[in-house]
Amino acid sequence: METNSNGKALRRGGFFSGFQTFLSNYVILVPIVLLVCVWWLIAPNFMTYANWMNILRQVSMIAILAAGAFFIMATGDFDLGLASVVGLTGCIFAKLMVNFGWSPVAAGLIAVAVGLLTGIVNGCMVTIFSIPAFIATLGMQYICRGLCYVVTNSYPISGVPESIGWIGRGYLMDTIPWPVVFMIVIYIVVAFVASRTRFGRFVYAVGGNAEAAYLSGINAKRIKRIVFTLGGLAASIAGMILVSRLSSGQPTGGTGWEFKAVIAVVMGGVSLTGGKGKPIGVALGAVLVGILENGMTLLNINSYYQQVVQGVVLVCAIGFDVFKTKRQAASK
Amino acid sequence: MDNRETILDIQHITKTFPGVRALNDVSFQVKRGSVHALVGENGAGKSTLINVLTGVYHPDGGRYFFKGKEAHVTMPLEAQMLGISVVHQELKLSETLSVAENIFLGRPFLNKARLVDWRKLRAEASELLDSLNIRLNVDTEVAHLSVAQKQIVEICKALSFNAEMIIMDEPSATLTDKELDSLFHIIDILKERGVTIVYISHRMEEIFRIADTVTVLRDGGHVGTMPVADVNREKLISMMVGRTLGEEYPKLKAEIGEIALEVRNLSAKKLLHDISFNVRHGEIVGISGLVGAGRTETARAVFGADKRATGEIFIDGEPVKINSVIDAVRNKIALVPEDRKKQGLVLIHSIKHNVSLVNLKNVCKRGLLNDELERRMAEKFIEVLNIVTPSGEKEVRLLSGGNQQKVVLAKWLAVDSKIIILDEPTRGVDVGAKAEIYKLMCRLAQDGKAVVMISSDLPELIGVCDRIYVMREGTISGELEREDFSQERILSHAVS
Repeated sequence: METNSNGKALRRGGFFSGFQTFLSNYVILVPIVLLVCVWWLIAPNFMTYANWMNILRQVSMIAILAAGAFFIMATGDFDLGLASVVGLTGCIFAKLMVNFGWSPVAAGLIAVAVGLLTGIVNGCMVTIFSIPAFIATLGMQYICRGLCYVVTNSYPISGVPESIGWIGRGYLMDTIPWPVVFMIVIYIVVAFVASRTRFGRFVYAVGGNAEAAYLSGINAKRIKRIVFTLGGLAASIAGMILVSRLSSGQPTGGTGWEFKAVIAVVMGGVSLTGGKGKPIGVALGAVLVGILENGMTLLNINSYYQQVVQGVVLVCAIGFDVFKTKRQAASK
Repeated sequence: MDNRETILDIQHITKTFPGVRALNDVSFQVKRGSVHALVGENGAGKSTLINVLTGVYHPDGGRYFFKGKEAHVTMPLEAQMLGISVVHQELKLSETLSVAENIFLGRPFLNKARLVDWRKLRAEASELLDSLNIRLNVDTEVAHLSVAQKQIVEICKALSFNAEMIIMDEPSATLTDKELDSLFHIIDILKERGVTIVYISHRMEEIFRIADTVTVLRDGGHVGTMPVADVNREKLISMMVGRTLGEEYPKLKAEIGEIALEVRNLSAKKLLHDISFNVRHGEIVGISGLVGAGRTETARAVFGADKRATGEIFIDGEPVKINSVIDAVRNKIALVPEDRKKQGLVLIHSIKHNVSLVNLKNVCKRGLLNDELERRMAEKFIEVLNIVTPSGEKEVRLLSGGNQQKVVLAKWLAVDSKIIILDEPTRGVDVGAKAEIYKLMCRLAQDGKAVVMISSDLPELIGVCDRIYVMREGTISGELEREDFSQERILSHAVS
């Protein structure tokens, strides 16, 4: 009975302890707030409505990609090929519309199918042929990027129908960019799947301890195949938004995004070994990446230096995660 | 005993690990040029003793003399330099290197230019092999060798250090009869050369065949050292066992009903041969046997976790197909695995999430997980199993071993499992929690569940079980009813 009363006390926690749990779940808010304050002080035009909408629109595609990476990383694996799948599905989407005159819907369905296919292939390589995800998805990265150039002949495909322009450039009710709306909707769905469905729980269990999950009657390999497939789906959605935003299919589309997506997921509290982390944290992680990049651009910092900074951020984020895990292990 | 005759003199060695006295005041001597057998049950302290002798562990008390001088060894290399080498049960060779490279690993011969002198390396390796009458190409990659051949490479490696004492840790465990003969032949050659062999084995016949002297360890203590000629098999077994049963095993009477689970002719490649057993409702059946006898493999095969070659499974008399863990769960079979941290629990998740893991359907409302139902399920089992925790939200990695084990059990009780297989359920659990786990098992039996317990702890099996199967080398070698239980009988089935 003692347990009961304690349990209740915990739930009644009050504002302060509630705030503490909130903070420990979303440590990421600290660097976001700090960074916003710094940029506000030193970067011109940072704190304007237009700039914030710009940040969010930039972020939305990375965030959508990160939503796919989230599931994969929550199972303890990762996917280095996601960004080139963004490029490939975008190029196919553009090519089918421009060169073959397909309707946007039909072209979009094919693009999604290609995205799903890459994920299924990744999942099978990892679970059936036991190829480490690192190698399997690195291979997929090269395959897809190579196919981008094959499909486009290495030239951008321009002349994408104006009818899809709203997807990447339009505003909902003239206030919120559509990509941001998509991002929010996707994250609501992902958060729901992660916390309220059996599939979501299986994902965390496989990441937390694949052997225990297997011995609890969870088909861990199937779960892994599904998460890689979801990664491909997320990449194809991001790819189509990118085409609409640029009005063209770029063979280099999405280059470097896998990196930003990984930063977002790690910053969002998903441990590298999997098993924990929340989708909302990942979305905030993507926002942090966007704010960082935007401020540096406003300050006219050379984009080469920006890359250096992003590398430092990734290593620091993972270092922080490792440090936290070690301290937890020590506190045992 | 004369100093020149005694190569190793162990005096009052004690080694304690948290909660366990692994070696307690062990003293004995090993004669130069003899084959000295070291026997004891699982956990008797044999491995710890070897690790102390070779500097892997530092003893808490006592000392030992090698060749008349007190040895201060802090790592295996120093022991090797001194002349003590170990041929481990899991051979420690570099698979991708050649036989010659492995023999002289880390100590290559160098020529004038400070480069590896391959010719000398190969010549020295061949010479060592020839001295044992072994034909083996020194350039063969070790990965291509049989276990027996790898053992020979290890022995040559020991000889390359001019080992005067070679400790063989269960060398026969994975050998065929023919290979064993050739191993014994090598031991004879070594003996002629004056090399002392400390031979660790569970197999009585081997000890009587090659050993001159035998030392028995039990529960970390030294029971006796005597010439093999002075003992017989029965005496040796009773020395290995020799414990008295305390009152630590509460046995509650349960009504034993019909056969719940029956396994017929189960085989799995290499490991398991033609295993048949059954468990009744309300019965606790033990599976005994030495490490490597195939107990865990049997449990995993029945549970659908590993593939099996042949075998039928019947539940309540009906044949069932179990080809995956999911099938086993559907048929109400549960497995509480050997290593709860690695196999039983998601350590970084809460008690609540671990308990519901197998049974998520029952905490769903309209197909969606319901936190309230999940919390209630956890609270119910926290109370029923008396898990000590402030709430179901606590991460299981923070619980004690006994409480963690209860969480694993709760997970299976939540799906109302009827047949519960527990693999070493009390390993690493303190005495108080052990008694609680025994009581729980008895209560499960009283509820009509069929319980199977795999254990290396004989007193525990004798105290708790209604019937015991003994396994040896992948087969069932004996079956005992409760009135016939004795450690001697079980052990005589377990060893050959």
